[in-house]
Amino acid sequence: MRAAMKKAIITVVGKDTVGIIARTSAYLAKANINILDISQTVVQDYFNMMMIVDVTGCRRSFEKLSADLAEIGFGMGLEIRCQRSDIFERMHRV
Amino acid sequence: MINISEVLETNRMILKENLDVRTITMGVSLLDCADSSLRKTCSNIRAKLMRLAKDLVKTGDDIGREFGVPVVNKRISVTPAAIVGSSCCRRPDDFAAIARTLDGAAKSLGVNFIGGYSAVVSKGMTPADEMLIRSIPEAMAETERVCSSVNVGSTKTGIDMDAVRLMGEIVRETAQLTRKRDSIGCAKLVVLCNAPDDNPFMAGAFHGVSEGDAVINVGVSGPGVVHHVLKSMRGADFGTLCEAIKRTAFKITRVGQLVAQEASRRLGVPFGIIDLSLAPTPAVGDSVADILKEIGLEHPGAPGTTAALALLNDQVKKGGVMASSYVGGLSGAFIPVSEDQGMIDAVNAGALTIEKLEAMTCVCSVGLDMIAIPGSTSASTISGIIADEAAIGMVNQKTTAVRIIPVIGKRVGQCVEFGGLLGHAPIMPVSKFSCRRMIERRGRIPAPIHSFKN
Repeated sequence: MRAAMKKAIITVVGKDTVGIIARTSAYLAKANINILDISQTVVQDYFNMMMIVDVTGCRRSFEKLSADLAEIGFGMGLEIRCQRSDIFERMHRV
Repeated sequence: MINISEVLETNRMILKENLDVRTITMGVSLLDCADSSLRKTCSNIRAKLMRLAKDLVKTGDDIGREFGVPVVNKRISVTPAAIVGSSCCRRPDDFAAIARTLDGAAKSLGVNFIGGYSAVVSKGMTPADEMLIRSIPEAMAETERVCSSVNVGSTKTGIDMDAVRLMGEIVRETAQLTRKRDSIGCAKLVVLCNAPDDNPFMAGAFHGVSEGDAVINVGVSGPGVVHHVLKSMRGADFGTLCEAIKRTAFKITRVGQLVAQEASRRLGVPFGIIDLSLAPTPAVGDSVADILKEIGLEHPGAPGTTAALALLNDQVKKGGVMASSYVGGLSGAFIPVSEDQGMIDAVNAGALTIEKLEAMTCVCSVGLDMIAIPGSTSASTISGIIADEAAIGMVNQKTTAVRIIPVIGKRVGQCVEFGGLLGHAPIMPVSKFSCRRMIERRGRIPAPIHSFKN
């Protein structure tokens, strides 16, 4: 039986700068994570990006994945968070 | 599919408005640990706790990281120790050995509190119950993480006034024995009426005898989230206000439900209940008082406070029950004084008194909580305060509680610092009029007429 897809939501918040999507997606490709959807918005001069990703085939632990992404963000002065998508689905969908 | 504004809303609640899972509490039955030997009972208790809860802290932390929501406390509640120790404890000192065992296990497991150093004596005390109660001051002074509770009444049984009288003395003795640390022992001791069997919040948590062998109960909190929502609704009518609180409570509870199911699955322990309580902390923006002010009060304690709190408590419950089929514990708004900066400010401004707090406990989920009173307060006055709260609980068929701290050596006008989640508190005045002759009477107050529903 095929395992259900495990989804995660990656959010990037901070000042807009060159290479945010490039660096994040390069890392995701290396970790065998497929990007399902990307959307972005600017709120009060802050760049907000959200990626919905499939982590079913991810070769790293969730802990490592979050820590690595946070570090990539830190290097660019951004906050990058990676959370399992269930928390958002539970909160906003009945 | 989830959209970006929903994701940003959730993360704003977590990062800016202090939404958190306040506690994952594992309830553990210790009934099968009882033995006629005290040493064997203690070693059974330790072995069972170490076996069942060995992954509790790690699991809580893992879930917190993966979902990106803080799981602040990982705790354990156990079967009331008065029952577990009834066949092996001959003296109060023997019970204190059980307290030390619980404390040792809590430290080894890394949980910050373990509840259940308790006796349920709503109708009468067994010799073991009384011994446990008499050991509370020593147990609270000698241990760090053990929480104690005594249930002195219920709607079905009435109020055991002998236990109420004894608890007045015990609260004072506990204060005396921990006087070098501002009587902090009393912050870990609560006297209840209609105590629920499945409450995950301390200090009143214990694993009731109606429960299974082990269970996961989760307490969620988020006064800051409710406050934020109400800030954008100044001048709105009551219907709109209630709708907003209800929706928010729903969202918060759904997060708790998710975390509870995940913790239950990973630990292999059945899920019990979600307790949705707006539990404040001393942190800025994590205050129930701020919500009351946002509803339109200058300070909590102003006329209208009881009505505002009744409204808040009811909407929280209504939102919560829609979000989870198993809502239990206390579920409502907590109104501790020392743990809520807005409450402290209200006391300092002269707006909030113990008498007004007592009125507020008629309509919210708990009782007089974390209130510092003068160290000179007599045992009978403390018993009188306990009796009043128990009567409110008994007649209104709700849980009520008293967690007051007579701070030895301090007077009205001074302040006491407990530190951490327990916060700090101004010493509040209590009535100077005596209730000694009433408290000296023996026996119990009968159950109210509306308890006869059979």
